[in-house]
Order: sequence, then C-alpha cells, then structure tokens
Amino acid sequence: MTRSTIELTPTAEDQRIARHAAAAIVLTVAEAAIPLPLPGVKPGLANIVTLVVLARWGWRDAAWVSLLRVLAGSLLLGQFLAPGFFLSLSGAIASLVMLGLAMHLPRRWFGPVSHSILAAFAHIGAQLVVARVWLVPHDGVFYLTPVFAAAAVVFGLINGLIAGRLLQEMDRRAAEGAKG
Amino acid sequence: MIDRFAGWRELVRPGDWLIVLAGFAVCIYAALHLWSAGAPDGAVVRAGGRVVAEVDLTRSRRIEVPGPLGTTYIEIEPGRARVAADPGPRQYCVRQGWLDRAGAVAICAPNEVSLTLTGRGGDYDSLNY
Repeated sequence: MTRSTIELTPTAEDQRIARHAAAAIVLTVAEAAIPLPLPGVKPGLANIVTLVVLARWGWRDAAWVSLLRVLAGSLLLGQFLAPGFFLSLSGAIASLVMLGLAMHLPRRWFGPVSHSILAAFAHIGAQLVVARVWLVPHDGVFYLTPVFAAAAVVFGLINGLIAGRLLQEMDRRAAEGAKG
Repeated sequence: MIDRFAGWRELVRPGDWLIVLAGFAVCIYAALHLWSAGAPDGAVVRAGGRVVAEVDLTRSRRIEVPGPLGTTYIEIEPGRARVAADPGPRQYCVRQGWLDRAGAVAICAPNEVSLTLTGRGGDYDSLNY
C-alpha cells in the first residue's frame, strides 16, 4: 500500500476568510444565548462581519464568510438541516444578492448603514417567502411583517453603524501604520 | 452628549437617511395594510331582500327601515353599527349589540331586515340564509 499525503496549503486569502468566518460564527453563537421575545427577530450581529468584509475585501469574500457562518453556526447550534437552517440560508443568500447590488450605489451617498438595512430587508423578505411556501402554507405568516420590518430597520441601522465604526477604525490604524 | 453622538452621526451618509426613512415607511405601510383587515368601511341595510340603504361609517346617523311588523331602527356610528330597536318578538338582532367587524351581520328575520358591515378582509365570503 502506498502512502499518500494530501497537502493543503491555505493561501493568505483562505486564512483571511477563515479568520472572519470564525469571528462571525462566534457572534452567531453568542447571539443564540440572548433571549428574544419573538422567533425571527434577531440582531444579526454576525452580519457586521459580512459588512466589514464586503467593504474591505469585496463581495466574493463576504459571500464566503456569510455562507460559512451559516453552515458552521448551524452545526454548532445543532440546527443543521433543521428548518431554522434553511431560513438562515435563504436569508443569507438573499442578503448577499442585495449586497451585491447595493455595493454599486454611489459611495458618497450610501455607506454601510444603507447596505445593512437593505440586506436586512432582503433577509426577512426571503425568510418570509420560504416560511410561507414551505413551513407555514398560510398567509398568516405575513401578519408579523411590520414587526420584522421594524426590526430590520433598527438592527440594520445599529449593525451598519458598528460596521462603519469598525471600518473607520481600521482606516485610522492603517493610516497610522503607514506613517509610523 | 452632543460630542458623543457626533462621531456616530458622521457615519450616516445622506443616502443612508433616505434608506432609514424608506425602511420606516415600509413598516408603517405594512402595519396599516396588514393590521387594518377586519375594520369595516360601510354598512348595507336590506329589507325584504332588497337593499334599502348603503352608508359609510364615517358619521353617526339613524336609519328607519319599514318591514311587515313595523319599523326597525338602525343606528350608525363611526366604525360601528347596530340595530337599535326592532318590533320582532325575540330581539336577536338587537341583542347582538354593536357590530364592528367587516362581514358581521345582524338579521331581524321576523321583520325581514338585515344589517351587514362591508369591508376588506371580512370573516366570511358570503352568508346564505
């Protein structure tokens, strides 16, 4: 029997994506510990990481981070392939599509806050559609849409502000590093 | 206080405010649209199967409807309506009290008068009797 070794050499890009995905997974798990009054209303803190990665490294990295986060987060929480997993996945995919469009809005006028709120709306939109089509085949699922929409605006705004602040901080440090 | 928020405020670009406002507009629109179902917007009064009055529920008024036993009095108030008095023997339609949901019906069968609230998203599609 011949011994075979498979060597995987992670590139710098792989490591960067893994590092950010890890941060997002930590936030997902931490957030699962927060008691929330309504199923479906979550701050979505992990999306802060997605927003930062999108702004700094582009859509491809953001998609990797977001989808890895959904996959690993669901494994850690025991949700893998459960209904909650498909809701997260559909929300994440819809958000990524929305971010892919929103990132082309003029930078001068629209920042991470806009990206965050638009992505949050795409997120709840996709989740409601999946829930309506698959989990609860009744229009009653749309009854709480106003609550979800309000949560999307509020948490989208907060997450966008935090992401914007982090990006500002990163720019400042990069500038200091270049000087020093 | 002002200084503390200044740093955060500069993170919000002009278009971001637009998106925030648009987001709240969507919330309000969705709330009005989804949560107003069941509110009536009008009342239809029938006597002997014929429509004798079709009114909106914006202002108070009284309607007198003649029937075989006598006169049935319908009372309309903003957002609700009732049969105030009826000559029928059992008074079922009067004792139903105020009707305030779309699709609600009070029937005074002996006097052949009915009061129906109309509106979107009623509880029934139709009633046969």
